[in-house]
Amino acid sequence: MTVETSSTTRRRPRYQIKVVGMLGLAIIVFWLIVAALGPHLAPYPIGDIVDQDYFGPMSRDFWLGSDYLGRDMLSRIVYGARYTLGISLAAVTMACTCGVVLGMSAAVAGGWFDSVLSRFLDAMSSIPSKLFALVVVSAVGSSIPVLIFMLAVIYTPGSYRFARALAVNIAAMDYITIARLRGEKMFHIITAEVLPNIIGPVLTDLGLRFVFIVLLLSGMSFLGLGVQPPAADWGGLVRENIDGLPFAAPAVILPSIAIATLTIAVNLFIDNLPVKIRDRSE
Amino acid sequence: MANLVEIRGLKVEAKTDANRRIEIVKDVDLDLVPGEIVALIGESGSGKTTIALTLMGHTRTGCSISAGSVMVDGQDVVQMSEQQRSRLRGAVVSYVPQSAALAFNPAKAIMDQVIEVTQIHGIMPAEEARQRAIELFRALSLPNPETIGERYPHQVSGGQLQRLAAAMALIANPKIVIFDEPTTALDVTTQIEVLRAFKDVMRRAGAAAIYVSHDLAVVAQLADRIAVLRNGEVQEMGQTVQILEQARHPYTRELIAAFEPHRAPVVLNEIDERRPLLDVENVVAGYGWSKIDSSLLVKAVDNVSLQLYEGRNLGIVGESGCGKSTLACAISGILPAVSGHIIFDGRELGPGYKERTAQQKREMQIVFQYADAALNPARSIDDILGRPLAFYHGLTGEAQSKRINALLDMVRLPTSLRGRRPGELSGGQKQRVNFARALAAEPKLIICDEVTSALDTVVVAAIIDLLRELQQELSLSYIFISHDLSMVQAICDKIVVMYQGKAVEELAVENMTQPQHPYTQLLFSSVPKLDPNWLDSLARERPILTA
Amino acid sequence: MNKHILFLITNRIIISLITLLIIAVIVFVATTLLPGDTATILLGQSATPEAIEGLRKAMHLDEPAFTRFISWILAFLHGDLGISYSNNMPVADMVGRRLLNSLKLASVTTAFAVPLSLFLGVTTAVMRGSLYDRAVTIFTIGVISIPEFIVATTAVLIFAVYLKWLPALSLTADIDTLAGLLRAYAMPVITLTCVVSAQMIRMTRAAVIDALASPYVEMALLKGASRKRLVLSHALPNSLGPIANAMALSLSYLLGGVIIVETIFNYPGIAKLMVDAVTTRDLPLIQSCAMIFCLAYLLLVTIADLIAILSNPRLR
Repeated sequence: MTVETSSTTRRRPRYQIKVVGMLGLAIIVFWLIVAALGPHLAPYPIGDIVDQDYFGPMSRDFWLGSDYLGRDMLSRIVYGARYTLGISLAAVTMACTCGVVLGMSAAVAGGWFDSVLSRFLDAMSSIPSKLFALVVVSAVGSSIPVLIFMLAVIYTPGSYRFARALAVNIAAMDYITIARLRGEKMFHIITAEVLPNIIGPVLTDLGLRFVFIVLLLSGMSFLGLGVQPPAADWGGLVRENIDGLPFAAPAVILPSIAIATLTIAVNLFIDNLPVKIRDRSE
Repeated sequence: MANLVEIRGLKVEAKTDANRRIEIVKDVDLDLVPGEIVALIGESGSGKTTIALTLMGHTRTGCSISAGSVMVDGQDVVQMSEQQRSRLRGAVVSYVPQSAALAFNPAKAIMDQVIEVTQIHGIMPAEEARQRAIELFRALSLPNPETIGERYPHQVSGGQLQRLAAAMALIANPKIVIFDEPTTALDVTTQIEVLRAFKDVMRRAGAAAIYVSHDLAVVAQLADRIAVLRNGEVQEMGQTVQILEQARHPYTRELIAAFEPHRAPVVLNEIDERRPLLDVENVVAGYGWSKIDSSLLVKAVDNVSLQLYEGRNLGIVGESGCGKSTLACAISGILPAVSGHIIFDGRELGPGYKERTAQQKREMQIVFQYADAALNPARSIDDILGRPLAFYHGLTGEAQSKRINALLDMVRLPTSLRGRRPGELSGGQKQRVNFARALAAEPKLIICDEVTSALDTVVVAAIIDLLRELQQELSLSYIFISHDLSMVQAICDKIVVMYQGKAVEELAVENMTQPQHPYTQLLFSSVPKLDPNWLDSLARERPILTA
Repeated sequence: MNKHILFLITNRIIISLITLLIIAVIVFVATTLLPGDTATILLGQSATPEAIEGLRKAMHLDEPAFTRFISWILAFLHGDLGISYSNNMPVADMVGRRLLNSLKLASVTTAFAVPLSLFLGVTTAVMRGSLYDRAVTIFTIGVISIPEFIVATTAVLIFAVYLKWLPALSLTADIDTLAGLLRAYAMPVITLTCVVSAQMIRMTRAAVIDALASPYVEMALLKGASRKRLVLSHALPNSLGPIANAMALSLSYLLGGVIIVETIFNYPGIAKLMVDAVTTRDLPLIQSCAMIFCLAYLLLVTIADLIAILSNPRLR
């Protein structure tokens, strides 16, 4: 795959993504397809106990073994993908949209709006994310809309900070001064002058934030504070089957591998993007 | 005499972002005999620094020597191991960087860094090195030579740091010193002192040198021979006098011609003395406004008044920090003046741009120094020019398109550039687009803030010609803010000289070259001339100015 | 030390205090605006309205939120963390012992993780692009990408299930002998060290690479300085600030990681206490734990910023 960017050389070069990055992308696409087509792919209904054995090994009937009740793991993982990816994608979209819009506005507007917003969001982000999640869940319980909203709130300050730092550099450029002198409105400056210049790094940041959200969601579910039974995301699947750990049952290992492949794939993809797009200090 | 340096068939390759390999130095031969100073001169991208650095076996990230040999003192640097090279660096060949401010480690005292090279190579004991450093500081006429070494880099001025860097390069008695644009970042009045110190100390040390620069006049003061470079190739090489007086290569002639005062005969139009286009009265502007005692922390512009008449050009010159750019910001309303009046076309303007009418904003345009920063890299030329047309004049669709073509035509750019992004244009082309955008507003006044400073000398002349033509076609008035005296003299009929926030002298077209104020005299006499004897002929004692 | 530094330092500390106040407000609001009345939750649905009203009075729940916030903060400053809802013990007593346990775990982890990551971070930066660098980078990306509980379960799988060196999930309380102590701490420390080091290695490496790319390092190279000298004498002194920052940020990450690790290994630390408090909705306990965590985090970040200010040569 080649990605086109705004370049600074005479001919616009087309950037090659390295093989490892391609592999990452392939895994991401694979999980997206699994999540989208979930019900059509699962061989058994999700809640049905189909194996007499619990923590069954991998077999022809049950490709990925069975869980602590004897339910088919393949079906549970396929459905789990819907929860993990769905919730994370919704949350990351909300977080980055809010963060980027606020960040650009603060950078362009400056003054007290910027100071107040920055100070408040800095304070927000100095609450460790898991802790914040614990407090919220203890306060309002844990339904899927609450989870999405909570994850979005937790990751908005980071996205804001990132977008603002980029936008502040852009806002200091002479072309923004020229636009201001012309009398352009805030909306035009943000959408036409600032956004096109930061969209690459912002999308990269979105990818990394997606990984953080998947990690936090899985962690919450693992603690029993995330997606509630009988539904289960991948973190919840690990929790359900943790008793299988001492004998290395596929039911506890496979959901872990599912999480790891997804998050590592996103990281590999981002790490191997051409420098021009990534443009992010580590 | 045997050659100290012999470069034969040198080629250096660079890897681009897109992984393409391009040759940035193509088949260069160069010799240097002991004690000789050879200048490498050329524009940005001509490969001059790259060639100089190969003498130390060093190439910047992404570059590599792909062919040829660099014999230094009888050994080929290209074939050396990294360890052998590090024995050479500092001891045999040393380096004076373009920006000493960046090249000094901010965390270490200056003296430790100056004598570090003697410690690395075990040349002399630390105490002896310190004594020698103090001698060098004295030879380079640095203030407080005994104690300046105890300070940290951020505690001394740019001109002093540059001389300290020279001391650092000379302390180990190297056979060759590489000067990499060592005065480019300095103001002209500081540059003189540094150049003079370099010349003295090199004469005493008797070392050979490679002097890299883009400024022919500076080079003429120091070099025995000059090599003119372009696109990684040597265009012409010869004795300094020979290059200056009998240049053969057309590019060299172009470079020399850029020094001729390209002053077209000024035909001054009739003006109405009572009604200037722009009347600036007692403007005060700066930073750090304190509401408590109604005063400025930094008064960058202090009570400046000036007038500009329709169809005329005003130049504002001075060195960095004199307040000329702040004045431009105050006039255009970017930085509201705290007191004084700005009267434009008969009406008083609000101090900030937000307090001015749409028409007032449209009729006064500002063009900035760096086209790279002034043009949004993410938008096409079409968008950049289309937006002000739509905003000011409500032009859309076909009408807008026609007007964009007309604007590009005005600044002598082909309409085929419309779909390109700024990054795909050359420096000169970008600056033309920058002007086209200002023209799209149909202004009466254009403020040009250092518009030619970032351009190569040969391009500057073309831009000035263009501005002159536009003025005749569109009856524009310009304000030029610049540190480049010759550029301002070429196009303005009045010059205001600024020093420490004040307008110290106003020069009209008749007496433009005969300043009265001591600072102006110092400034004017500091501009290097192509004459190789210029530096030596300058008065040893220069006026010392205090605020 | 001059006035300017003093000003910067007081400024930084004041900002931290303001941040702490904002955090206190957020924690208080989040825990008191629960749906459902606290008194009802405590006494159960079957309680009489009079009993509920009485308890509300006793707990000052009938007062406006602002007054309650002020008295809560004041009590907190005096070390009075309130009484636990679930077992009527003073929260301060419950927290005290657990906090000590958590601090033990954190300090042992820090003692392993910081030297390890400094070494790996600096050496990978110096040998950038080598096989060694790539191997470490792949390891760090891997660890950063996966949740702590997977690191923990993997550690269990390797050391307990396959190698059988250490007991699996059960934690023996036998910490009197050295061997027992090591066995008790080994698994949580391994997990936390992995999680925390990965971040630190990455950030240290980035900071050193940044400093190595600076013009003054190139200048030193052109003076003939050896690689060792470039790194130790020129790059490192200038990346101290960023590295301290990286350390503080990563160690603060320990606070989040510790929640999972204490739960998995059933370690009697403060994070475990808080998770249990969340399941029983024990408000004073949750508030106190949350405040302690935030305090620790702020402390770390503030210290890092102070180090950055003090190590900046331009302020000398």
